Amino acid sequence: MNTFQYHLTNHLQLAKDIFVSNENARFLSGGMTLLPSMKHGLIQPDHLIDVSKIPDLQVLKETSDHLIIGAAVKHDQVANHPMVQSAIPGLAYLASQIGDPQVRARGTIGGSIANNDPSADYPAGALALKAMMVTDRRDIAAEDFFTGFYSTALEEGEILSQIKFAKPIKSAYAKFKQAASGYALAGVFIAVYPDQEIRVTVTGVGAGVFRWTEAEQAFLNPKMKPSIERDDLISDLHAPSAYRVNIAQVLFKKAAQQIQNN
Amino acid sequence: MQITVNGQTQELTVQDNTLLIDLIRDQLHLTGTHSGCDTTQCGCCTVLMDQVAVKSCTILARQAEGASIQTIEGLALQDLHPVQEAFSQEHGLQCGYCTPGMIMSTVYLLQRYPNPSDEQIKEGLAGNICRCTGYVNIIKAVKSAAKKMQETKA
Repeated sequence: MNTFQYHLTNHLQLAKDIFVSNENARFLSGGMTLLPSMKHGLIQPDHLIDVSKIPDLQVLKETSDHLIIGAAVKHDQVANHPMVQSAIPGLAYLASQIGDPQVRARGTIGGSIANNDPSADYPAGALALKAMMVTDRRDIAAEDFFTGFYSTALEEGEILSQIKFAKPIKSAYAKFKQAASGYALAGVFIAVYPDQEIRVTVTGVGAGVFRWTEAEQAFLNPKMKPSIERDDLISDLHAPSAYRVNIAQVLFKKAAQQIQNN
Repeated sequence: MQITVNGQTQELTVQDNTLLIDLIRDQLHLTGTHSGCDTTQCGCCTVLMDQVAVKSCTILARQAEGASIQTIEGLALQDLHPVQEAFSQEHGLQCGYCTPGMIMSTVYLLQRYPNPSDEQIKEGLAGNICRCTGYVNIIKAVKSAAKKMQETKA
């Protein structure tokens, strides 16, 4: 790993100041993606700013309509917190399916969302659950936040501090794990809101998370078999695109069944 | 920086880019914690950090500042820890390279599920890979350890 300077701060403003006054700085939270990327030499920052201990990034609270989770909250906390389990059970389950126990003990929701890996789980949950990404300078709706392959609307030095999920009536996530990495070969999240508003999202299948409108219609009309027509489907050594689409169709049925049974 | 390892609090000087595993092995010479894949997959480097199992190859030493780390060397007091004993008795190892990590993950698993089902054991050890593929005996060892620990408690 290259040499760099490590900075730890408990203040959001200080973290921003350190970023501004240092060239080639990066924010560090759980480090489950950043540190491996640095070991491989893919990223070689000169400064790492550890934001994981900033209190604003550690909140976990609810209002009547929303569940608010700090960006530095770990996957294990989301998976096991009674508030998440009762407000959005699909999200607690999603977190319990990330990586393995040791990774869930360190990895954070904000890190996963800001990284926007095309096979990560959280982007599917955030997009289905009408999440608002709260940063140090603005609120960004999930639709505008995830902008494709490993990219987001975050600007240079902008810190994702909280994720505000709209509580659904029902939610479910179904995932097929890539056996070696634990990432989603495909993952489908369904959220049901009042007035028959259905949101279905898919991860692991396209170059980034997307809403699956055909499945949203099929949810209300079970005779339909939703197709996925896109030109950015993932096809790699783990699975060709047709296989991923097929798995997504199976997962959609599974998640829909779960919602019907609850 | 200050860190507590196996109950001993120490003041150490580390480079900012030192990984926790390198601090443990190279600076403290506790070589029971193994480096297998160095890519957060195999779990050989698992240690407990404030009683939670983590992969020490993917944590900066500085991120563990002030924490209490337990390595495989810190498990046995006078006798072997019941989990170590069970892995030995049930032959839960072949080459033994993954064993320190398996044992630390098992200790963490049994903290949360004192009497785990097969499913909970598989899920609890999902972050540890045995290249000898001796999983059947590993699961047996975890069950036997759980039983031993329940008996001592009772």
